[in-house]
Amino acid sequence: MPAKVITLTSGKGGVGKTTATANLAVALAAEKSKVVCIDGDIGLRNLDVILGLENRIVYDLVDVVEGRCRLKQAMIRDKKLPDLYLIPAAQTRDKNAISASDMMRVVKDLRSDFDFVLIDSPAGIERGFRNAIAAADRVLVVTNPEVSAVRDADRVIGILESEEKGPASLILNRLNPALVKSKDMLSPEDVLDLLAVELIGIVPEDENVVIASNRGAPVAYDAKSRAGQAFRNIAKRLKGETVPFLDLESQGSLWERIQRLAGRK
Amino acid sequence: MEDTKSLLQIKGIRDGLLVSIDDAPWEQQRSALLTQVDSQPAFFDGARLALDVATQALRVDDLAELRDQLSERGIFLWAVISESPTTEKTAQLLGLATRISKPRPDEARQFSVADLGEESALFLNRTLRSGTRIEFPGHVVVLGDVNPGAEILAEGSVIIWGRLRGMVHAGVKGNAASAICALDLSATQLRIAGEAMTVLESKENPQPEMARIHQDGKIYAELWSAK
Repeated sequence: MPAKVITLTSGKGGVGKTTATANLAVALAAEKSKVVCIDGDIGLRNLDVILGLENRIVYDLVDVVEGRCRLKQAMIRDKKLPDLYLIPAAQTRDKNAISASDMMRVVKDLRSDFDFVLIDSPAGIERGFRNAIAAADRVLVVTNPEVSAVRDADRVIGILESEEKGPASLILNRLNPALVKSKDMLSPEDVLDLLAVELIGIVPEDENVVIASNRGAPVAYDAKSRAGQAFRNIAKRLKGETVPFLDLESQGSLWERIQRLAGRK
Repeated sequence: MEDTKSLLQIKGIRDGLLVSIDDAPWEQQRSALLTQVDSQPAFFDGARLALDVATQALRVDDLAELRDQLSERGIFLWAVISESPTTEKTAQLLGLATRISKPRPDEARQFSVADLGEESALFLNRTLRSGTRIEFPGHVVVLGDVNPGAEILAEGSVIIWGRLRGMVHAGVKGNAASAICALDLSATQLRIAGEAMTVLESKENPQPEMARIHQDGKIYAELWSAK
């Protein structure tokens, strides 16, 4: 059973790519999928911190590519989930340390042993981004309901189209329903109207995300968190399950719809 | 290995060299070209090259790689001509010209639109996303949206059958009679010839509008309605 290779990218920095990667990895592994995530942000390593695995790093992706260790040696097993692994980025090198073909080779070696390979792309549209999408079967574009983030997402989607990377799917992260209601924030409709891609999930703004990330235990573990539930739902959709989605035509405020989505009401 | 030279024809044109490559797998075409170049470095050094790849469908990676390889050899690739729409689109994305000033050699002479007293237009059947830049020495017609961060620079008029939220400059060479039309004219800035107009409010219920330069020399956008 060959793995599905999924890259998370955004163009703009700080929209939650790494948080989303960590949470989807946790949610998928908690559902008994075998998952490995690769931190593609060489030089600005973060994914290990959010997963709480920083102190276990011995070898990293660049060590694998440059032949200083075997692939298995760079794979760090998660503390809680035995089916979740991380291949960390190097902190002391830069994007030029690896190439797109290095990435393809690493991913090829991982495919047969896993259900999902998640790649966390760096911000930007330069080499690190090109490396991260090179091996992807599917690309998830993460954006926030902000004009600048949406414009960058649009640019990235345009590049993915011209590279024939298939249709991208969108994660709309950090939506604040109260601000949408008061027309101070772009609504999901506004964003989808512009980007014209498939929506795979809306993650509401939730302070637990920050708290969880700082603790190194992604919010997807937290059964009560709305954002955690949103990530678990996205994970199910990635596995091909149909999870009831925001019915944008339904009655009630967006706030209520998201609460319903999160199963708290 | 086949004699790679037979794949190539090289001609001098007004804008430099035109290299036509016979149909073959891309790897063969590419290596034929590079072999030829490497065998006559002095001839090719500093050349402006237009490439005719016939029906070959090329992706961004293919063309970008070739462009870099040529550039390493002191050759500037400025145009790629192809019968494949994929290649044409790729070339446009990389900012390469897709036609050269002279008609294609050994092609039967056809009427150009100018012969008919009309001007030429570029038809784009897609949405222009952020980062896309279209420059065209005629009119531009888009069947799709023009998103924020996309730019169109046309010597003639620009017609958008969709939402216009990017930047459009009509009449870039000074044709003040050019117009900009869109089903939803929500651009933050419009330019016609030497004039600019800023801040169009985003509308709740957009209607088709046309912007042009009026007698006082300023740009105005007016609602268009079928009479």
